[in-house]
Amino acid sequence: MLTPKSEAELSDALKSAKSPFSIIGGGTRPIGRSNASEMLSTSKLTGIELYEPGALTIVAKAGTPIRDIEAALAKENQRLPFEPMDHRALLGTKGEPTIGGVVAANVSGPRRIQAGACRDSLIGVRFVDGAGTALKNGGRVMKNVTGYDLVKLMAGSYGTLGVLSEVGFKVLPGIAATATVTLHHQQSEGAIAAMSKALGSPFEVSAAAFDPASGSTHLRLEGFGDSVVYRTAELTKLLGDLGDITTETNPDKSKKLWADIRDVKALTGTEGNLWRISVKPSDGAKVASILGAVPSLMDWGGGLIWAAIDPAIDLRTKLAGIQGHATLIRGEGFATFHPEPAPLAAVVQGLRDKFDPKGLLNPGLMSDQVASMA
Amino acid sequence: MEMPIPDTAIMAKKALLVDRLLAVLPRDAVIHDEFATRAYECDALTAYKCPPLCAVLPSSTQEVSDVLKICHEMGVPVVPRGSGTSLAGGALPTADCVILGVAKLSDVLETNYDDRYIRVQSGRTNLSVTGAVEEHDFFYAPDPSSQLACAIAGNVAMNSGGAHCLKYGVTTNNLLGVTMVLMDGTITEIGGAHLDAPGYDLLGLICGSEGQLGVVTEATLRILRKPEGARPVLMAFDDNEVAGACVADIIKAGVLPVAIEFMDRPVIRASEDFAKAGYPDCEALLIVEVEGSEAEIDEQLGVILQIARKHNPIELRESTSPEESAKIWLGRKSAFGAMGQINDYMCLDGTIPVSSLPHVLKRIGEMSKHYGLDVGNVFHAGDGNMHPLILFDANKPGDLELCEEMGADILRLCVEVGGCLTGEHGVGIEKRDLMFDQFADEDLEIQMKVKDVFDPAWLLNPAKVFPLKASQSRRAA
Repeated sequence: MLTPKSEAELSDALKSAKSPFSIIGGGTRPIGRSNASEMLSTSKLTGIELYEPGALTIVAKAGTPIRDIEAALAKENQRLPFEPMDHRALLGTKGEPTIGGVVAANVSGPRRIQAGACRDSLIGVRFVDGAGTALKNGGRVMKNVTGYDLVKLMAGSYGTLGVLSEVGFKVLPGIAATATVTLHHQQSEGAIAAMSKALGSPFEVSAAAFDPASGSTHLRLEGFGDSVVYRTAELTKLLGDLGDITTETNPDKSKKLWADIRDVKALTGTEGNLWRISVKPSDGAKVASILGAVPSLMDWGGGLIWAAIDPAIDLRTKLAGIQGHATLIRGEGFATFHPEPAPLAAVVQGLRDKFDPKGLLNPGLMSDQVASMA
Repeated sequence: MEMPIPDTAIMAKKALLVDRLLAVLPRDAVIHDEFATRAYECDALTAYKCPPLCAVLPSSTQEVSDVLKICHEMGVPVVPRGSGTSLAGGALPTADCVILGVAKLSDVLETNYDDRYIRVQSGRTNLSVTGAVEEHDFFYAPDPSSQLACAIAGNVAMNSGGAHCLKYGVTTNNLLGVTMVLMDGTITEIGGAHLDAPGYDLLGLICGSEGQLGVVTEATLRILRKPEGARPVLMAFDDNEVAGACVADIIKAGVLPVAIEFMDRPVIRASEDFAKAGYPDCEALLIVEVEGSEAEIDEQLGVILQIARKHNPIELRESTSPEESAKIWLGRKSAFGAMGQINDYMCLDGTIPVSSLPHVLKRIGEMSKHYGLDVGNVFHAGDGNMHPLILFDANKPGDLELCEEMGADILRLCVEVGGCLTGEHGVGIEKRDLMFDQFADEDLEIQMKVKDVFDPAWLLNPAKVFPLKASQSRRAA
């Protein structure tokens, strides 16, 4: 495994490469597979390059462990806005998740419904393309429309367009108080209606999830103490006629609940193919009824559905007609990433050919091919 | 500002081009006589003018596709145009181009309050998007100053921001999907009402691409429930640096106001003369606005005012009524107009790290003396998005050039301190030739390769964004 210690070493490695690489960060999110046998890891590109709490800005090398970033931010009572998921328990992986890996997979958590995804907080990248050229886009300021936004393009491109060497984020102030309002004895349709009502209220709900196993709809409120108390009461009033409501005001218990939702604990250890389905929130109920009684979890107000299903079932065919897409996070028999319509597939391939003309970066990954046994 | 020499071979084909366009569009949607085309000779960067070969105003995505197919086949450059409010010259024509205006595409196609989005045709104005959902207490967050006139198509092209994006983000953070027509006429759908892309984030790439990758005809936009209330507070300081430090301390304290606006003495004086908002006589003013219920506003402003007091303000004025709030905002909202009363001005929008604010303001003051041109600063302080307004006299020979030279110096300074050339207006032609100051050759080359993929013949808005020298071989091919 190649482990360059600087961007210059990374660049040299790609310039002199004779055969393709599987690009990894901490190796905790093996979503889809490249068919390259040699590994190139960014795990030795570490360190926070710049952190200005007064400007809400942090820049770090791509291999920096997420926990180092979070620790540095916590010291100044700040945080990453998008609450990145930890895939280790769900996918049974070990290792240290890196900030570059989070960007490469555009990993976001429950707060995505309010604060945006990883790509929305990402303000700058440095990366090395398939020709070994070190490149930059964006920077360290939070408003920047100078040239094309390759920052967004790199987020979620899984190392197929370039190997990230450095990433910069807009961060947010820490959270003083948290409460969770829970509606009990819910079915998916009622749960989605309740979440829509809550997310369409002025009470700044920062997460909305439904756990079919327990029939609980959870809604999170965050902010200053008195404000959270006020909004909790108002939200309870608003949803009062929709079912039994309880409120969790212990911040540690709320934190644990939402960390479990973020990491999809409900599906850890399940059998079968694990799918991640992205639809418009109100279509979540349709998806749930098509899925039937399988282990599942609904986040983002119904817009994100995790489900573990029989590996023989072609989920994409079953969901045909519903706008959105499904990613095979763990399992076999189907393409990992949702196939794109022809004109966009051509654009995607065109971009890939330009950024990686020799086909060195994660070949096979993200292209429309059937995943083999992981 | 240099523009490429128009291609006389294309201009010679005008009659044929117009005939072909008339075959796919109604008569009044093809504007080709030399007087009528003047209406499209410039955008809000009025220093530069050039009537196009012709202008077309299609009223459907299919018509846009038909137009692009014809232009693609005939090798005619196309400059897409929203409402023509670009301050960067993003919609400036060349004499050999077709202006493709989306003004007739102004319908609301769908509103969905359960899923919190609206789908509109791209010619719809920014403010009328909010207008369409207001009665349900929803709004569309990005609020560029030109929101009364500017079109969503232009907002998507430039990734427009506004005063309230510290909390709500800019266009790219509020855009869920687009219908876009490629230069060869292919109609594509990118994104939709769901939240994430299935593969590459092409939507993120399109947003801010200045009409160079495709023509956006429809957009799905995130709408938000209006907060229960909002309240601004006005803070006056006798020193720019102290005001800058106060901004950083507010942000560090864990409060996130929806807006932190900054005005310096020249702008305060001009807007006071013009709008009479009753601003105090001081070096620097901040307007800080927070949102929520009455009690929540009190709680947040409590924290903010405590911080402000530590910086010895000359005055702290908390609004106690909607009338007072309007008055606090009045001066800020009239600032551009007020400066325009004094003289012609050029408005820059470089962004800097908030920590460099005092240094940059001091340097701009020095440059103002050096060039002998007055400068006012009014900007979104929370995110470091500056708006230096350089005053000049358009009727005085050499003044525009002097002003542009000084503007370039200011933008280079923004880059030097770790910022960028443009935070929300876009590159257009205005900042095109400064791109080498921010990017290395290869950083621009990879961006041009992206355009190669979407528009291999470089027919869409070709003379923008990239320095002409850098794009020369591609445009000539």
